[in-house]
Amino acid sequence: MSISVNEASDIQREISERSAPDYLDQLEAEAIYIMREVAGQFERPALLFSGGKDSITLVHLAKKAFAPGKIPFPLVHVDTGHNFIEAIEYRDELAEQINAKLIVRYVEDTIKAKGLKEQTGKNASRNWLQTFTLLDTIEEFEFDACIGGARRDEEKARAKERIFSFRDEFGQWDPKRQRPELWNLFNGRIQKGENVRVFPISNWTELDVWAYLKRENITLPSIYFAHERELILRDGKLLNNTPVIESDPEDQIVTRQVRFRTVGDMTCTAAVESSAITLDEVIAEITVSRISERGETRIDDQQTEAAMEDRKKGGYF
Amino acid sequence: MDLLRFITAGSVDDGKSTLIGRLLYDTKNILADQMEAIERASKTRNAGEIDLALLTDGLRSEREQGITIDVAYKYFQTPNRKFISIDAPGHIQYTRNMVTGASNADLAIILVDARHGVVEQTRRHSLIASMLGIPHVIVAINKMDLVGNSEDAFLEIAKSYTELAEKLAIKDLTIIPVSALNGDNIVERSESMGWYTGETLLSVLETVNVLKDQNLDDGRFAVQYVIRPQTDELHDYRGYAGRVQSGSFKKGDLIKVLPSERESKIAKIEFGGNEIAEASVLQSVTILLEDDIDISRGDTIVSINNSPIVSQDIEALVCWMDDKKTLKPGNKYVLQHGTARSRCSIRGIEYQIDINSYEKLDEVESLKLNDVARIVLRTAQPIAYDPYQQNRANGAAILIDETSNVTVGACMIA
Repeated sequence: MSISVNEASDIQREISERSAPDYLDQLEAEAIYIMREVAGQFERPALLFSGGKDSITLVHLAKKAFAPGKIPFPLVHVDTGHNFIEAIEYRDELAEQINAKLIVRYVEDTIKAKGLKEQTGKNASRNWLQTFTLLDTIEEFEFDACIGGARRDEEKARAKERIFSFRDEFGQWDPKRQRPELWNLFNGRIQKGENVRVFPISNWTELDVWAYLKRENITLPSIYFAHERELILRDGKLLNNTPVIESDPEDQIVTRQVRFRTVGDMTCTAAVESSAITLDEVIAEITVSRISERGETRIDDQQTEAAMEDRKKGGYF
Repeated sequence: MDLLRFITAGSVDDGKSTLIGRLLYDTKNILADQMEAIERASKTRNAGEIDLALLTDGLRSEREQGITIDVAYKYFQTPNRKFISIDAPGHIQYTRNMVTGASNADLAIILVDARHGVVEQTRRHSLIASMLGIPHVIVAINKMDLVGNSEDAFLEIAKSYTELAEKLAIKDLTIIPVSALNGDNIVERSESMGWYTGETLLSVLETVNVLKDQNLDDGRFAVQYVIRPQTDELHDYRGYAGRVQSGSFKKGDLIKVLPSERESKIAKIEFGGNEIAEASVLQSVTILLEDDIDISRGDTIVSINNSPIVSQDIEALVCWMDDKKTLKPGNKYVLQHGTARSRCSIRGIEYQIDINSYEKLDEVESLKLNDVARIVLRTAQPIAYDPYQQNRANGAAILIDETSNVTVGACMIA
């Protein structure tokens, strides 16, 4: 695994050749600015890291923002215990490589400690339970800011959320009482116990992320590329065939060549059939895809019209 | 390919959401599953035809009420440009949301209903666009189909709008007759309005020059964070992390640090740990200086022969945003300008601006939600600012309530 930064000479050439600034440069500069505002305004920030492409992008941006220094905050992962092994391995390697502090907290532990009731049945997911672990982790380390990789193009509720999103002492988002966010003047003033979720790539689209990963030559976990896998075919969606997903006789077990377009909890993340084995091929497939990222792969959003809105009001990422 | 941020503003029922929906639809930026979801939602509400407005209505509470209650962002692209559309609500009590959305916009689309012409809200939205220094304004006269696609109707509204615009500092104005519902003059030229020979809405959006709008002259760099690795090999490294707000900087440039007035020379500019030759407006870089001087977050690095104003006494236009408390002379707030924060106290309200008639109201004692006024304030520490209309990045500030920590005012420094 290697994460390389363009050679200085390449960047210089880019700057002198361009007339209008390139959109990726604009988005990158904005995200770096936001990262630095977090470091400048908060005492105990953290970067929420899942091993997915969006949080990998965040780590890369944070590296650039604070180079040649270290990233001035820890990486925090809320592990549902239902994550893809490839994403977990990647997470550990990356943290070691950039010499970052990695904090992992397990939903399993929260379930046991708090006697939480898990969903049961074939579509059971720990997705919502992550919120409890996340809020406990914020309290444990007294994090005042948590940087996340959410994008506004992902989902309707996210399209309305601020870049600095204020959460009360219960971690709740109140869409009707958001702070006005003007110019690039981010107001991160809070009382003790409250926190701010910060989304530096709010203005990026899925394709922007892929184009950036390619431009910056960033390595991704292998599940993002086409590979053969045994899957559960259920309601037209391909789920990883794993013991954490309960299957019943109506499910078909199939072997297909697939890749994952998002890397969430295995219970609510579906694979797409694909032959793309390079970043270019993935980008080509996404460019012609007629289905949105979360629409194609996220089962958690499709339960009701306001699924994400409700989760966020409850303290979700 | 570059990026254009534009805001749409209009009264309730001017068809703003339909316009954005139409832009997305006709530029093939709506994906199959999103379209299916809209078709489903249109059916359940007995809307009959597919309602493109449903594409931009986000939260459940908004969908139930059929209004937009907050600023929403949409992303789309054409082969020529990437766009961020900022949807600001037209509802009367949400002026603060338009100010919020307008603060980051390069261009404003102001919708006018062809049946009603220029109304109070048109005047309000135009004033906000001009006050926030949005360089380009497109007035889209919508629902032309409901006035028989009449050229006379268009010319009459265009004339009254042009008169309005003359009172405001709108730099670049384009007026287009459209029908968002039918897609006339949005992406495709209208067949029903053969008399219109100007550009379509999309064509203006794609070609407007935003690079020229940036202030490329005045070198300003607000320090966000000091990078000090303090490792063995980088023991003495001190890099000032920030974003070039305007102008540009290069190695060897003589600079001044404000408010301390200390002078130095740029030793090196870095990006991502690598040296670069020059940093220009909007780039996030790290500046290293030749002299070891005391600089911290909140300081501004400026070109030596081009100084902003450094003062504790500031006059500004303010849009008041708090729905609970009013702004009164004597009140104290935190002023955030660039990366600097300073306590400040309101010395006086010079006059309020009636945002509908543009009249100045004297002897105003307090400001409530959505009021716009010229105020005088004094800060505890000196602020290094430029007048907002010359330099949006270094002339903007927000007021923060010291106890609730809420952002309560948007300031455009005079």
